[in-house]
Amino acid sequence: MSVSDVTTPSGKVDMNELLERLSAVEQRVETLEESQPDDMVALIVFSGELDRVLAAFVIATGAAALGQEVSMFFTFWGLSVLKQGRTLAGKGLFEKMMTVMSPNNSTDLPVSKMNYFGVGAKMLRQMMKDSGVSSLEEMMAMCKEMGVKMLACEMSKDVMGIRDEELMDGLEPAGVAAFLGESLRSRTNLFI
Amino acid sequence: MSEVHYDETLDTKGLNCPMPVVKARKKIGELAPGQVLRIISTDRGSIKDFQGWAKIGKNLELLGQETVDEDGTELYLHFIQKTS
Repeated sequence: MSVSDVTTPSGKVDMNELLERLSAVEQRVETLEESQPDDMVALIVFSGELDRVLAAFVIATGAAALGQEVSMFFTFWGLSVLKQGRTLAGKGLFEKMMTVMSPNNSTDLPVSKMNYFGVGAKMLRQMMKDSGVSSLEEMMAMCKEMGVKMLACEMSKDVMGIRDEELMDGLEPAGVAAFLGESLRSRTNLFI
Repeated sequence: MSEVHYDETLDTKGLNCPMPVVKARKKIGELAPGQVLRIISTDRGSIKDFQGWAKIGKNLELLGQETVDEDGTELYLHFIQKTS
């Protein structure tokens, strides 16, 4: 395509230069569009206390209902939420101690305040029921149903001596890069 | 009781956050484009919740909200249209 310079009241315009600048702008717009976050929410569940975990699952179910793609990354004490039992076989002394002192599954989780050897947690669960709030386990089931991605941190599993068979099915093993892959594309990132 | 036309009703009485929105999400999936869902809730927070839901949802429009009294219990009605 041949282009000729255009004379305007403000002077002569170099069409070639103009086209070059236009394509440069188009390229920058494309780069910008690619770096825009998606409709995604990424949560790190670090805590293993009922109240904090509940907050995470209320946000997760709510975000999923709002049509967001949600991923939850469970690490350290947060792994207790995903447990479905405990095994001691083949574990070292410290690992065994950790296993025995950690919650057996989500129904065992303490509250972060006023736990009083589990009485506080039981009370909170009853109060939630009385107020028409879904239980943690119901919310977890809803999350699964709505396709919330749950990732279990491999490194903390290794450190704490948690074996695959102690955790529920359907989890994706993951590391920091896997989480960052999700979080960098997300609009909202929370550490709970 | 209301002037807004609706096709389906979802009863979420007694349910608390985030259940009304979660249930509504599921229900609206069953509706055809253009249809209106009426949601009945006893959760006071649901007023703002459904405003937020309609704002974020790409194919949803909040046609109206009402508060009615039913035997001393406040009911919150939300009318949401599936636009596409």
